[in-house]
Amino acid sequence: MPKMNIVEAVRAALRNELKKDKRVMVMGEDVGKNGGVFRCTDGLYNEFGSERLIDTPLSEPGIVSTAIGLAVNGMRPVAEIQFSGFIYGAFDQLVSHAAKIRSRSRGRYSCPLVVRAPFGGGIRALELHCESVETFFAHVPGLKVVIPSHPYDAKGLLISAIRDPDPVIFLEPMRVYRAIKEDVPDKEYTVPIGKAEIEQEGSDLTVISYGAMLKYTKEALEKSDYSIEIIDVRTISPLDTETIIKSVEKTGRCVIVNEAPKTCGFAAEIIARINEKAFFNLEAPIERVTGYDCAFPLAKLENYYLPDEKRILKAVNKVMSQ
Amino acid sequence: MVKKVIEKFEVEYLQVLDENGKVDEKLMPDLSKKQIKELYELMILMRTFDDKAFSLQRQGRIGTYIQFKGQEASQLGTAYALTDKDWMFPMYRSGGALIVRKHPMHMLLQYDGGDMWGLRTEKINNFPIAIPVGTQTPHAVGCAWASKLKNEKVVSLVYTGEGGTSRGDFHDALNFAGVNKVPCVIVVENNQYAISVPRKKQTAAETFAQKAIAYGIKGIQVDGNDIFAVYKAAKEAVDYARKGNGPTLIENVTYRLGDHSTSDDAKKYRSDKEVQEWMKKGPIIRFEKYMRANKLLDDKYKKEVAKKAKEKVEKEIKIYENLKNPDVEDMMKYTYEEMTDNLKEQFEELKNNIQ
Repeated sequence: MPKMNIVEAVRAALRNELKKDKRVMVMGEDVGKNGGVFRCTDGLYNEFGSERLIDTPLSEPGIVSTAIGLAVNGMRPVAEIQFSGFIYGAFDQLVSHAAKIRSRSRGRYSCPLVVRAPFGGGIRALELHCESVETFFAHVPGLKVVIPSHPYDAKGLLISAIRDPDPVIFLEPMRVYRAIKEDVPDKEYTVPIGKAEIEQEGSDLTVISYGAMLKYTKEALEKSDYSIEIIDVRTISPLDTETIIKSVEKTGRCVIVNEAPKTCGFAAEIIARINEKAFFNLEAPIERVTGYDCAFPLAKLENYYLPDEKRILKAVNKVMSQ
Repeated sequence: MVKKVIEKFEVEYLQVLDENGKVDEKLMPDLSKKQIKELYELMILMRTFDDKAFSLQRQGRIGTYIQFKGQEASQLGTAYALTDKDWMFPMYRSGGALIVRKHPMHMLLQYDGGDMWGLRTEKINNFPIAIPVGTQTPHAVGCAWASKLKNEKVVSLVYTGEGGTSRGDFHDALNFAGVNKVPCVIVVENNQYAISVPRKKQTAAETFAQKAIAYGIKGIQVDGNDIFAVYKAAKEAVDYARKGNGPTLIENVTYRLGDHSTSDDAKKYRSDKEVQEWMKKGPIIRFEKYMRANKLLDDKYKKEVAKKAKEKVEKEIKIYENLKNPDVEDMMKYTYEEMTDNLKEQFEELKNNIQ
């Protein structure tokens, strides 16, 4: 079985779907000849041609809004936004239109669109290249928000996203694009949207994370002696509440790690659901380790912003000591 | 060093039927007498519906209503140029175009009365009306692009107001349409006002039609109150697109005779005199003058058409007023193809709350 990183896994998923379904098309800035700034579409232009791999004019709202029309009229567009910080211009189109087409037409029309974007910090990039945008979209009924943290899931989830009948925001953890290599089957497979994964079983404490943070959380937790259950959320919306609740019922303790700003970050929603469904199982207040409520800093300060081993272990020890 | 003119551009204006009801026979589009009568009957139906819907709002029988009064020729001439298989992307003021495109009038009232089911069309490819300004324009471009990729000879037509041309979405639409040479017709209904803001404050450009030039596509300005000019320009643009030649931008110069919406009072920002001037240039008056002079209309026929239109509209109002309220479940049911667990749980909660 070949070893792949997330970039290669994304490319394998795109290739699979481009081969299998002639309605599938990939559109965005530099996704054609250049193969994408992160090389996610490398080689696909030569394989599938300029009608399937489309270098669009440089406009994120233009990419998303025309992709909406394409999706409504029977195509399966996969739109790439080069960095998640550039997605804001397309926000109106995603919220006001893509998310509501099925509902506003009472089921006559749908918008099977995938918007892929690398997200998150930790790569010493320019301003607005490191945004964590997941909560904006998780707040919008009609959109699904999927975040793989492993190559295997990246391929399986992206195939599911392309086949999904509804619009999916597919956020790729830029910091670990090439940092994890693992077995990824050549053959086609899917990973279901809306299902979290128990990354590691444990009995003392549940730690929940997703995206790039999952890898760094897992590494930090190797330094802890507690028996820790780690959950990879994988889909932010719709959230797999059941897997989270079952785990917290078992452990009675919970820490959530996300790198987005703290206020209204996705950890807040997870905490609310645990409070609604498993409050009396809790042995201690839930802790969240998050980015701060400030602009994402430039390279020299980003390591102070991102949740790290020290902050994660501090939260774990605090929850375990209560 | 060289300094020279490298390109010169022209903007065409088209009028076939003037304000006195005279046509330029050389420019007259290919329409049979039967079709001309059909156009007239549709125009009267549109006006009758619009006036009636306005009074229904005043009586509290529907919610906010957006009048299209004065823009009948602009909407009729464009919608009439399409086949049922073509796509239409209407905006909130496109009620008239929707009537032409067989969207049942009782469903227009149903939507205005607060039920989303009114937006669902069957069979014919009408998209739900857009509420944000201008954002629908690129949808039509994407839709047309799909038709092109599928090798279908299908055209997408979209309406926006002149206010919508100030939005980035409009420019994205023209740009993507031009680059990909898609079978799309973009209709700007320049009705002189975006709520209260006059046309001159939307752009320093002399016309909206000339915005096509910058994107390398065809553009034309049309007398939007002249049914023949609008139809001619639209038919040519639709045929041009269907043949694979690419998009056209059509600016229909018209006038919003009513308020922006039933919540607006246009007297605050424009004079009666101005409205009266445009009334005289309206689409119905000149059409009737033409028809009378060409023996297509007499008093008897005019009365008959008015009566029939009134009866049709009354019948549709009855259907509307006898509609059942939508199921409460519907507000959640169409969020995704399948309700998520989260929504199912909230639906149970909702059911308990309304018991």
